[in-house]
Amino acid sequence: MASVASTTTAPLATHETAPEAVVVRFAGDSGDGMQLTGGQFTLSTALAGNDLATFPDFPAEIRAPQGTLFGVSAFQINFGSSDITTAGDAPDILIAMNPAALKTNVNDLKAGGLIIADTGEFGERNLVKAKYESNPLEDGSLARWQVLAFDISALTLESVKPFGLGNKEALRCKNMWTLGLALWLFDRERQPIIDWLKGKFAKAPEIAEANIAALNAGHAYGETAELAVPVKQLHMAPAPVAEGLYRTVTGAEAISLGLVAGAQLAELPMFFGGYPITPASAILHHLSRLKEYGVTTFQAEDEIAAIASAIGASYAGSLGVTSSSGPGIALKGEAMGLAIMTELPLVIVNSQRGGPSTGLPTKTEQSDLYQAVYGRNGDAPMPVIAARSPTDAFDCAIEACRLAIQYMTPVLLLTDGYIANAAEPWRVPDMAGYAKFPASFLTDVPEGGLKPYARNEKLARPWIKPGTPGLMHRIGGIEKEVGTGHINYAPANHQAMTELRRDKILGISHELHQDVALGETHGKLAVVGWGSTFGPIHQAVRRARRKGLDVAHIHIRHIWPLPANLGDLLENYEQILIPEMNTGQLKTVLRDQYLVNAQSLNKISGQPFRIAEIEAAIEGMLA
Amino acid sequence: MTDIATLTKPRVETTLKDWETDQEVRWCPGCGDYAILKAVQRTLPMVGADPANTVFVSGIGCSSRFPYYVESYGFHTIHGRAPAVATGVKLANPDLDVWIITGDGDGLSIGGNHTMHVLRRNLDCQILLFNNEIYGLTKGQYSPTSRAGTRSPSTPLGSIDYPARPAAFALGSGAHFIARAYDVSKQLPEVLTAAYNHKGAAFVEIFQNCIVYNKDVFADFTEKKNADEGQLWVEHGKPMLFAKGTRGIALDREALALKVVDVVDGDWQAADVIVHDVANRSVAHMLVEMPFGPFPMALGVIYDDPAASFEEAVVAQNEQAARGRTPDLQKLVSQGQTWTVKADAVKGPAL
Repeated sequence: MASVASTTTAPLATHETAPEAVVVRFAGDSGDGMQLTGGQFTLSTALAGNDLATFPDFPAEIRAPQGTLFGVSAFQINFGSSDITTAGDAPDILIAMNPAALKTNVNDLKAGGLIIADTGEFGERNLVKAKYESNPLEDGSLARWQVLAFDISALTLESVKPFGLGNKEALRCKNMWTLGLALWLFDRERQPIIDWLKGKFAKAPEIAEANIAALNAGHAYGETAELAVPVKQLHMAPAPVAEGLYRTVTGAEAISLGLVAGAQLAELPMFFGGYPITPASAILHHLSRLKEYGVTTFQAEDEIAAIASAIGASYAGSLGVTSSSGPGIALKGEAMGLAIMTELPLVIVNSQRGGPSTGLPTKTEQSDLYQAVYGRNGDAPMPVIAARSPTDAFDCAIEACRLAIQYMTPVLLLTDGYIANAAEPWRVPDMAGYAKFPASFLTDVPEGGLKPYARNEKLARPWIKPGTPGLMHRIGGIEKEVGTGHINYAPANHQAMTELRRDKILGISHELHQDVALGETHGKLAVVGWGSTFGPIHQAVRRARRKGLDVAHIHIRHIWPLPANLGDLLENYEQILIPEMNTGQLKTVLRDQYLVNAQSLNKISGQPFRIAEIEAAIEGMLA
Repeated sequence: MTDIATLTKPRVETTLKDWETDQEVRWCPGCGDYAILKAVQRTLPMVGADPANTVFVSGIGCSSRFPYYVESYGFHTIHGRAPAVATGVKLANPDLDVWIITGDGDGLSIGGNHTMHVLRRNLDCQILLFNNEIYGLTKGQYSPTSRAGTRSPSTPLGSIDYPARPAAFALGSGAHFIARAYDVSKQLPEVLTAAYNHKGAAFVEIFQNCIVYNKDVFADFTEKKNADEGQLWVEHGKPMLFAKGTRGIALDREALALKVVDVVDGDWQAADVIVHDVANRSVAHMLVEMPFGPFPMALGVIYDDPAASFEEAVVAQNEQAARGRTPDLQKLVSQGQTWTVKADAVKGPAL
């Protein structure tokens, strides 16, 4: 892992005016409600008109033992008045709810950055659990940073006293107290959070009131300047963005909405077969609440049943969709082959996580590209699309639905844990601007008789729903005879069918055009990325270009088949750099397809790239 | 049990011929599958099934070639997964008549999980499990229903594991319909008709003679000479009699188990022979667990007690959730907390 720290944002302490962007990290015990706090801070930030990007980083254990190093849950947000495409490199502010949270996060903090710590949690026991020999708040080891330490626990207990909660319940309000302080620090509105709390605890108004009291107390604490170190309230000017209606959206939400939109644009009911797995479950949860859009969700007994039921639903005339993460996708492999063989539309979403095996369930990685492109038995081609951000996931999901239906094929849509969980502002699209692609079914015997494996100009076969009189036929996983679809083991037939399946998918490339995301269509260096590395690559290329370097950013959405012009485009650059959160999988594909000398920049730590890491690699190649 | 659903379904007049495809049947000559295929093709016209509305879904194995030979919609899927595919088919279109064709390896070994869950959920379908106690298509390895000691290419010294009992497994999984028959039994169409008329998952175990790898493994009760002593055909409302009415099944009240009793001069009441009640789950459990040898093989409709089916409940819940809500994509994408950016606020470089 590269270790060059970003220095573009000056240390907080030196700021007279508000900085362009600020990175705040909330860290605490996995039971402290850090993801909740971060989520609400994100909302208030978006409402203030700042651009933002978030990075939730939580342990795989739901409730890891309290106070331990491995039980630390963190949520980082980068927000500011210029467009933000990453969750930021090093935080400017670290809010540490206990010693373990401090220990695991403090070294990421920028020099001069601010630490806000709860002294109430820095007792002997917690210090030992965090493997501190002395109290870091007192022993001078944090001298590089500013420290604001006060007893948040006691202050919270005091603020919620009137509500008569038990000690444990009262302490649960700590996260809201801290959020209140953070809202004051950045001059944020409390009302949206108060409304949200009232809604969330509608059935337990005293809990809602206690949380609101804690929120207000934290805010008031900042305001009444009881702080040991002067902290200036930071006003962040709104980021310049396009006119329109905005909301925040996570990748999982955007994919769910995109799938619903895709099915609606195809005028089809959608069937979603899923099985719980981190971090893909959120899609199942979202879709389960959208029944009025003709969505049927089915929590299957396992990953295989999830995809098999989706294939069955597609066969019966719905748009079948399934989703999972690496290990579950592996289990679905054989069924994907069946969908390829029976040429039925199907969308498979893979929210990638760290692998192999169980790997890093809650961390992000993009190491399932080989699995997506190559990971099935036989010559089993299928389109692969990768989303670059939460908002891009919406369009990618619609694109996946379209290709599946128009080409009668399963389509793999890749996202990752980072995209699935991260939130960003989304300019609500005008749905009237999306072209419909209504699915059509064969309803009558065509001239010359029924041929279930006849081909149209896209080489797609007809979609025939059971229940249609006169069109009874049989399909299955055994090799099909060209045209009739009958069982056929003949050598020449298998050759012909394999080539048909290949050509059908490759044919998609003719409708794909690869653009350059930033920079010129030729030059010294192209940084080529895919998926969630978009943000750091884009910022790194922008910074390098400001320094006068001849570098461009190309971001590939269609991993398979690749856009028709990509080979020619890559030829226009002297060098190619491919940053990937894997050991070089896209690099292998591009080298194989175009015989180009692509170089890898790899990061396999479960964490997104830092801008500075990519910037350093660019400078290294152009030195 | 009469079923209301079948009464409202439009009856389509067909003949056995209408259900035959132009495909050459490729089972071994003498295979029990031929008899089952004929029984199914005889049953479908009897129940008034519509070929256009019928779907046969199968897994992998000899039995799973079945859909290719029935002139209806057919889906030959992958090993063990037919119940899962069928679930998607039925949820996407609950009006279809769905038949699942599986075997002892397909349905109880690689696909045991799906068999359990399709039964537990009570998807409206007919599940025909062809039990030949062997892997046929892969050339004769022992299967999960093979008896202990079965010698096969993979168990040259004899198999060690205890066999699974399909009907007991199905009942334990929560099935609401359990029936048993064998490939050449003349009662098979009748049993299949009852399965068809049952709304919900109907599980039919069909003992099937694999003449190549496990020949005559069921001969102890299927052979004509053994039929009287070896077969107990149960029928709702009728006493459980076999051996030409000279013996019956009664309850040993001390042991809380079934026992075989002699019936003298046809006076089964005096012998306390049980009258079959297809809705009695406890007795069904005892019948499917009855060890063959000391007892005859229980055949026919053993259990039939319908409950709400899965796809009906899913459709009802979907309808209720959607009631009063108009799908509006623009509204959907605009949900949550939103804010508006006005033109005059847009400054600075565009992305």
